[in-house]
Amino acid sequence: MSGAGGVIETREPMLELDEIHVYYGNIAAVKGLSLTVYPGEIVTLIGSNGAGKSTTLRAISGLLPVRRGTMTFLGRQLNGVPDHEVVRRGIAHSPEGRRIFPRMTVDENLDMGAFLRKDKEAIAADREMILELFPRLRERLDQKAGTMSGGEQQMLAVGRAMMARPQLLLLDEPSMGLAPVLVDVIFETIVRIREQGTTVLLVEQNALAALDVADRAYVLESGSLKLHGPADELAEDPEIVKAYLGG
Amino acid sequence: MAATATSTAVPAAIDRKAVIQRYATHVILLGVAIWLGANLINSPSQFFSAGMVGLNLGMLYALIALGYTLVYGIIELINFAHGDLFMLGALFSGFLLTTVMGQEHAGVLGIVLLLVTIVGTMLFCGGINVALEFVAYRRLRRAPKLAPLITAVGMSFVLQFVGLKWNGSTPKQWPSVLPEGSFGVGKFQVDYSLLVVIAVTVPVLLLLRWVITSTRQGKAMRAVAQDQDAARLMGVSVNRTISFTFLIGGALAGTAGVMYQQVVGTTAYNLGYQLGLIAFVSAVLGGIGNIGGAVLGGLLIGLIQGFNDGLPFGFGQKWSQSVVFAILILLMVFKPEGLLGRPSTEKV
Repeated sequence: MSGAGGVIETREPMLELDEIHVYYGNIAAVKGLSLTVYPGEIVTLIGSNGAGKSTTLRAISGLLPVRRGTMTFLGRQLNGVPDHEVVRRGIAHSPEGRRIFPRMTVDENLDMGAFLRKDKEAIAADREMILELFPRLRERLDQKAGTMSGGEQQMLAVGRAMMARPQLLLLDEPSMGLAPVLVDVIFETIVRIREQGTTVLLVEQNALAALDVADRAYVLESGSLKLHGPADELAEDPEIVKAYLGG
Repeated sequence: MAATATSTAVPAAIDRKAVIQRYATHVILLGVAIWLGANLINSPSQFFSAGMVGLNLGMLYALIALGYTLVYGIIELINFAHGDLFMLGALFSGFLLTTVMGQEHAGVLGIVLLLVTIVGTMLFCGGINVALEFVAYRRLRRAPKLAPLITAVGMSFVLQFVGLKWNGSTPKQWPSVLPEGSFGVGKFQVDYSLLVVIAVTVPVLLLLRWVITSTRQGKAMRAVAQDQDAARLMGVSVNRTISFTFLIGGALAGTAGVMYQQVVGTTAYNLGYQLGLIAFVSAVLGGIGNIGGAVLGGLLIGLIQGFNDGLPFGFGQKWSQSVVFAILILLMVFKPEGLLGRPSTEKV
């Protein structure tokens, strides 16, 4: 690991992607992306539709194979770890389109988030913490998740991922299709999740809001890294403003 | 389907179709009720015994139908080899109980050895089912839907020829260890063998319900059935969960195999084709993928068959299959998702 050079941080990186290539069949969706996430950060991945943001998250979670390049998480190689083992390593993923279990209740969905955990008391404490984060979920514990509104389902998807007590939380488009009021709630929650000690890698189309909460940002364009840097600097970069912030 | 087609038609047509849609099921049910009522008044004892026969058949169908529905629920495959797995279960039951353990009579020892046979056959059929999935269906999981379906048909033939070698081409008779005779008041008699079938089937169904609702593996099964990728993200091993589902489905087919071999006392290599098809119909009738639906569908078809074959105003045994399929077709026209199934539009 060469993270100790004159780069941004001298800490050990939590997640390091080194020139990864990810394919859908024969089509390259991510081409040689390198990315580093340090403990305690909120890092955001922005870019237009089809830039490879979700693909990157799916590769980290093991849902898609990485054809070239290496992924390292907490000093251990992440390539080739079976998909269901990734969460055991400490990475939870709240996927694009929420993907909650529609015919399970809210309670059962949260329960699934802690599927691999055996520490009953800590699970109960985390459940309580999540229900405090999202009071709406508490009101709906016995409701079938598929019958809830999009915003409530999004809260459930984030809460369910948190139930794994991850060290790194991958959030894919948590604001998609939500009313502006709810978007604010979701982003406030992301900040609070970080305050509780969870590192966040956030994929967003809503670049403005993402840059507002993030420490650093990576801008993707058709599968490659276009630029990266501190979020507040990127938010003022004229090119970024023009391309992604509708300026 | 029909409802969407009418939306472009004139208002009057919409009304008429909607009315037919809504009341057709009620009319059919009313017709069945009148027919049953007439039979009941005409000959109560015959009605009762036909009902008992139907109940017996129904539990058998329910056990087999569950195997179809569990597998369909998790990988959307209609496992055509499932009926033949049931047939192998019946053969294995006779082999284990009579050939290996030499039990040929009723009695306490008979019941104990019957329980051993049930457990043995459950493991046998569960194991074969897991192996089938591992060898054949797993490789085709990402292939177009037709490929595993054709493979399942092929597997059905493979198992049938194993049965042909094992059982011979002619039906084979087996001694029963179920207690003979019946009890009851006057003409209303219940066979002891039916009691044994109930005493086995009901606990097995309750156990299944408990496994699915309350165990870790059961939760994993439901999660995989609802969203495979999301289940992976929770840390569920999809492969292991699918294997477990085949294990459970196979064990249920094994239980049905023992019941059939003991109650009917005859096995044949092509047993799985007929019973499997009817059990499949039961699963579709109840709403394929729905576990309660498979039990309901199995019991209903069993009862329909029992009443049709045994009632004075019935069509008799030679029309048995025609009646079952006519009912299936009627129901499919008016309720394509099955009795307890979800409308397919919900699944995106």
